Amino acid sequence: MRRSQIHLIGALAVICLAVAPYVLGSFSITLLNYIGIYALVAIGLALLTGVGGIVSFGQAAFVGVSAYASAWLSTTGGASPWFGLLLGAVLTCSIAAFLGFVTLRLKGHFLSLSTIAWGLAIAYMFGNIEGLGNYNGIASIPPISFGSIELIRSTQIYYLIWAIVIIAVLLAYNLLNSRVGRAMRTLRGGDTLVESLGINAFWIKLASFIIAALLAAVSGWLYAHMSRFVSPTPFEAGMGIEYLMMAMIGGAGSIIGGIVGAAIVTVLKNSIQDYLPLIAKGASGQLEIVAFSALFILFLQRARQGIVPYVAKFLPEPAHEPPPPAAPLPRRTQPPPGQTILKVDSALRRFGGLIAVNEVSFEVRSGEILGLIGPNGAGKSTMFNLITGALKLSGGAVAFEGASVADKRQYQIARAGVARTFQHVKLRPRMTLIDNVLLGTYPRTKTGFWRGALRLNREEEASAYQEALAQLKRVGLGDKPYELAGNLPLGSQRVLEIARALAADPLLLVLDEPAAGLRRQEKLQLAELLRSLRSDHLTILLVEHDMDFVMGLVDRIVVMDFGSKLCEGEPKEIRSDARVQEAYLGAVA
Amino acid sequence: MALLSIENVCVSYDKVEAVHNVSLSIEAGQIVTVIGPNGAGKTTLMMAIIGLLKSKGRMEYLGQDLARLDVESRVGQGLCLVPEKRELFHDMSVYDNLILGSYSREDRSQVPQDLEGVFERFPRLKERRSQMAGTLSGGERQMLALGRALMSRPKLLMLDEPSLGLAPLIVREIFRTIASLRETGVSILLVEQNARAALETADYGYVIETGEIVQSGPANTLIHDEKLIAAYLGGH
Amino acid sequence: MTPDIAAILGVDGIATGAIYVLVAIGTVLIFTVTRVIFIPFGDIAAFTALTLAALDTGQVPGTIGLLVALACLATLVEVTSLVRKQAYREIPYAFLYYLVIPAAIALVVWLLIPLKPPLPVRLAMALLLILPIAPLLDRIVFRPIADGTVLLLLIVSVALHFALVGLGLLFFGPEGVRTEPLSSFHMEIAGIMLSGQTILIVVAAIVFSALLYLFFDFTLVGKSLRATAINRTGARLMGIRPARAGTVAYLLGSLMAGVSGILIAPVNTIFYDSGFLIGLKAFVGAIIGGLASYPGTAIGAIFVGILESFASFQSSAFKDVIVFSMLIPILIWRSLAALHSEEEVDE
Repeated sequence: MRRSQIHLIGALAVICLAVAPYVLGSFSITLLNYIGIYALVAIGLALLTGVGGIVSFGQAAFVGVSAYASAWLSTTGGASPWFGLLLGAVLTCSIAAFLGFVTLRLKGHFLSLSTIAWGLAIAYMFGNIEGLGNYNGIASIPPISFGSIELIRSTQIYYLIWAIVIIAVLLAYNLLNSRVGRAMRTLRGGDTLVESLGINAFWIKLASFIIAALLAAVSGWLYAHMSRFVSPTPFEAGMGIEYLMMAMIGGAGSIIGGIVGAAIVTVLKNSIQDYLPLIAKGASGQLEIVAFSALFILFLQRARQGIVPYVAKFLPEPAHEPPPPAAPLPRRTQPPPGQTILKVDSALRRFGGLIAVNEVSFEVRSGEILGLIGPNGAGKSTMFNLITGALKLSGGAVAFEGASVADKRQYQIARAGVARTFQHVKLRPRMTLIDNVLLGTYPRTKTGFWRGALRLNREEEASAYQEALAQLKRVGLGDKPYELAGNLPLGSQRVLEIARALAADPLLLVLDEPAAGLRRQEKLQLAELLRSLRSDHLTILLVEHDMDFVMGLVDRIVVMDFGSKLCEGEPKEIRSDARVQEAYLGAVA
Repeated sequence: MALLSIENVCVSYDKVEAVHNVSLSIEAGQIVTVIGPNGAGKTTLMMAIIGLLKSKGRMEYLGQDLARLDVESRVGQGLCLVPEKRELFHDMSVYDNLILGSYSREDRSQVPQDLEGVFERFPRLKERRSQMAGTLSGGERQMLALGRALMSRPKLLMLDEPSLGLAPLIVREIFRTIASLRETGVSILLVEQNARAALETADYGYVIETGEIVQSGPANTLIHDEKLIAAYLGGH
Repeated sequence: MTPDIAAILGVDGIATGAIYVLVAIGTVLIFTVTRVIFIPFGDIAAFTALTLAALDTGQVPGTIGLLVALACLATLVEVTSLVRKQAYREIPYAFLYYLVIPAAIALVVWLLIPLKPPLPVRLAMALLLILPIAPLLDRIVFRPIADGTVLLLLIVSVALHFALVGLGLLFFGPEGVRTEPLSSFHMEIAGIMLSGQTILIVVAAIVFSALLYLFFDFTLVGKSLRATAINRTGARLMGIRPARAGTVAYLLGSLMAGVSGILIAPVNTIFYDSGFLIGLKAFVGAIIGGLASYPGTAIGAIFVGILESFASFQSSAFKDVIVFSMLIPILIWRSLAALHSEEEVDE
């Protein structure tokens, strides 16, 4: 499907929305208004939960904060609803920033539990503050007005709601396809991966959280001035899970899915209200929530990926149009050959009672390939994690380019010029090859949230794209940049990781068992690639188990066994060292 | 009849095939070893035999099709895996770990006697019987894992890298224990990177590379094989 | 606030906290064994209270209908999955466990109601009716996604809670109930009145916690539950079925929740939807214990009880806000502790 076709479909959708009030009855329009209002929250959740993997049960509370803020300001203060929007948005985002700041470091389900907690706490507050009318709420809220036109009838506010929804969709879509959006899409790959790319995971999470809250705030404002009445009920915990349901049914991670999900849930709820009384007279009202929850549970059991991704499988792939040629991204100057760039000095790491790395010292010099070898369990991976900042030292020091890495976060070390690969490949399997490699350029580019959402980033994006494509070509994967990374065989996935690392323009490339699981032919190709990188003056630290692979490739070797350094030297010396024979090739039983 | 025989077994993670058309068999009372480099698919194969991973192909154990049995039923039938990660119950005592080893047994009256047997074999465990498993050293953990496995009175004991991360002295002790298990009549499938020690302990060996068996034969033949020596045993 | 008032509030808080202890320990038990954060646990407690109230007045409790409905559904789900696996031999067992036993319980209780049995029998009837509900829900709702992430299980759990609240209204009606106190005994220590009910609550919390401890430490089944909680894969390799361990955990947890429901019913008026707050507050206590430590959980739950008691004295409208806001600093503290251990597991 070409881009022009997508635009055509989009335009048709907009026209349909525009003529709807002339075709549909007022009841349908009211329903569409609710769908639009809910969709805004669901789009926020699609970004936060679907893309970023942060499950929030508390969005309803954000909707409430803004709705109440605007309602209060425009009734008691007599201010224009537009000031209400400002107050609602600022207040909601401030609360979100505060909550996010204290809770977003929480892991997995702890984070989601905290959203239940503050969601409940905020919702209880609405009902208990006298100035907000306690459980009676606030009535006779003025409508939104443009000059002298007051948006009173549902067909009037309809245009405002859907204009906002369309703008939100466009901005969210642009954002997802920008530098920051790629970082958001990487959050689900885990903090270690994100930070290894030089991305501050916490900052990206916080920003996503505030964006979702902002969308909820706009939704709450629209709700307050459409229904002209607010009470605590629509902002309680039950609604929080309903929003989550909309985002997940539509297809978590899909922007359009937010709208589809909101539409399905709203229409379904309506028809359940209509038809249940026919099936079960009397007790009907309660069956509604039961039926609804049961459907949601069934959905989560059977079809977790949601509707939009399911439908998208049957649609033709969107065509990819590469951006125009652009100026290359700036490069670092590599240090002169032979200069020490990494110095490990008596590094020590304990896990409880076990000493995984015991006073290990070695240096990596510019322009060389250093092999760190040893049998399984020798502490190589731990050493590796100490260098990249994934683990903290228990003692000793590691200095990169003369600066200690001990107090640096992982992403700071990555930004300083250490790029890594992973023993168990960490790629984003649902992203294309080029997008995966583009992730590597993150520290070399600058576009932030707003520039990304407004598409003011085209020039930089084109430069980054050219760089990523060049690196893909350099490792031999340049022919299919739009393939999904998950479809590659393991050998190519490892090479793709190297391309991603190269896109960061590193001073030191650290490879964690790059040959593990590769076939013989693939190993030869990999060795060839590493040699060619060395001839480009790149410094490489290679942690490897496969002796053959290392021997023919590296300049120097450090051998580890039982957490300690056994010896160090050129491959020839190491091969003939009796201690290495004993430790590495196996004790005689 | 072979105790365990597997034919053309394939195991995949998503789209990547980690084990391809592997066939092997173990007679009762035999020690069979599978050797090969990191990432060759050894652990994957073990996980498939015990049922933790889905596989294609045929697996027969004691004349019955393994595909019909889930992990727990396989354990109940005398299959036992000591995994690479040991999978001990860290916050429980050594004694509790051992008792749990006997969980799937019907003959509860024999359990105290077997416990004594394990303590005799590993006196260190007896000393530390009320200590938490998580506080043990690497070698003691491996002993506990072995002892726990023995508590189930397995017919086929599968050991995944028992020497992993252990000091040479301990490795020797572990292999001595493995060899001594021969007397108890248990069959053993031993997966190792420490090729020399494994081949010296085993009756028969298979070499696996990138998910496929590339060589097999009696252990005392393999140990003198030139190509193998060059690849895994260190040429001297 | 005078010392007298503080003492009264303290006693009150401990009694409330003791009720949370029972529910919280059940929550932790189920979480560690099945990884499900079982939000509807408070609903189980509330349903027990409603059941007992119905039995006290000689009515047929809604629980009977709920139990039979869930049993039929669970049987259907189980048999379908067995047919799909072609495990036809296990179908009779499925009928026995998922249909015959729950139906028999329902039938026995139904037959006993007109006989106006004495209080201890009514208590036993209420508990018997409530015990199978959580295991049946587990079979219907959680078993098909047992391998899902904790987060997925949590979302499902929250959805299940809302379903149960709806079912609660359907089967029990909107009226609140308050049962007769189990004891009319009163005593005075240092000027503070202690009711028999308060003492009973605290004693029950201690006794059931102790029983659970003994079960875990001295029985093979108890150990298998702990083993499953500590290391699922390790447990499976010993032949322990996580699903079966889960059922035992749900039964035990339901017993705790049921007892707490019986204890709270004479103190507070219980409605079909009262369970949510009980469950969530117990849950705050469980999180203080890191969702792992039982003593920590007990201390946490008592703390929540005391906090709530003092908070409601200061400002009754905001007591819930205060209790739930407390969760955030607790979670942060907990997450820092968890971060530390996670790092170690990584290696």
